[in-house]
Amino acid sequence: MTKSKLIGAIAQKQTQLSQKDIDLAVKTLLEQMVQSLENGERIEIRGFGSFSLHYRPPRKGRNPKTGETVDLPEKYVPHFKPGKELRDRVNKGGGYRVY
Amino acid sequence: MALTKATMAEKLFYDMGLNKREAKEIVDLFFEEVRTALERGEQIKLSGFGNFDLRDKNERPGRNPKTGEEIPITARRVVTFKPGQKLRARVESYVGSDE
Repeated sequence: MTKSKLIGAIAQKQTQLSQKDIDLAVKTLLEQMVQSLENGERIEIRGFGSFSLHYRPPRKGRNPKTGETVDLPEKYVPHFKPGKELRDRVNKGGGYRVY
Repeated sequence: MALTKATMAEKLFYDMGLNKREAKEIVDLFFEEVRTALERGEQIKLSGFGNFDLRDKNERPGRNPKTGEEIPITARRVVTFKPGQKLRARVESYVGSDE
C-alpha cells in the first residue's frame, strides 16, 4: 500500500473532509514526524510503536570500486519499535502476504 | 518531550484549520489504516519516510531468562521499518545525544 492509497482509504472512512484536505493532512503528519526525528525527538504512538534515533559510531569503510579506505563519520539512523497492539495484530493476521 | 498523537492533532488544527475533533480523527485513522494494512499482510510504502515490511520468522529455541528453562519461540510474523533515503539523510547529521 502506498501513500496515495492510504490517503484514499482514510477518505473513505471519513465524510467531513475532502480528499485534498486528507492528502495535505497526511503529508503534514509525515513531515512533522521527520522533523521530530531530525531534531532528535522520539515519536511515541500508543498501540502503534515508537520511532527513535540510534547512534552509529565512526568507522572505516571501503570504496567498493577502488578498494580505497575511507573514514565514515558517526551518524544517527532512524529506528522503529512496533508497539504491542501492532505486534499482536500482525502476528494473528492471515497466513499469507499480499505485495 | 516525545512527539505524540495529541501534538500531531494540534498541528493539523493550527496549520490547516481542521477542528479539533476532525484533527484527532485524521491522526487516529492514519495509524489505524497502516495497522490494518499490515494486519492484512500488506507492505506499506510511504515515500519520503520509509517502508513498513513484514517478515515471517521460523520457530527457534529460546530460554526463559528468569528460570533458565528452555522453551521454543514460536513462528511469528513481525513488522520491520526500513527508513527511506530522504529520512536517513535528514537525521544522519543530528548532533547531540539523548539516546
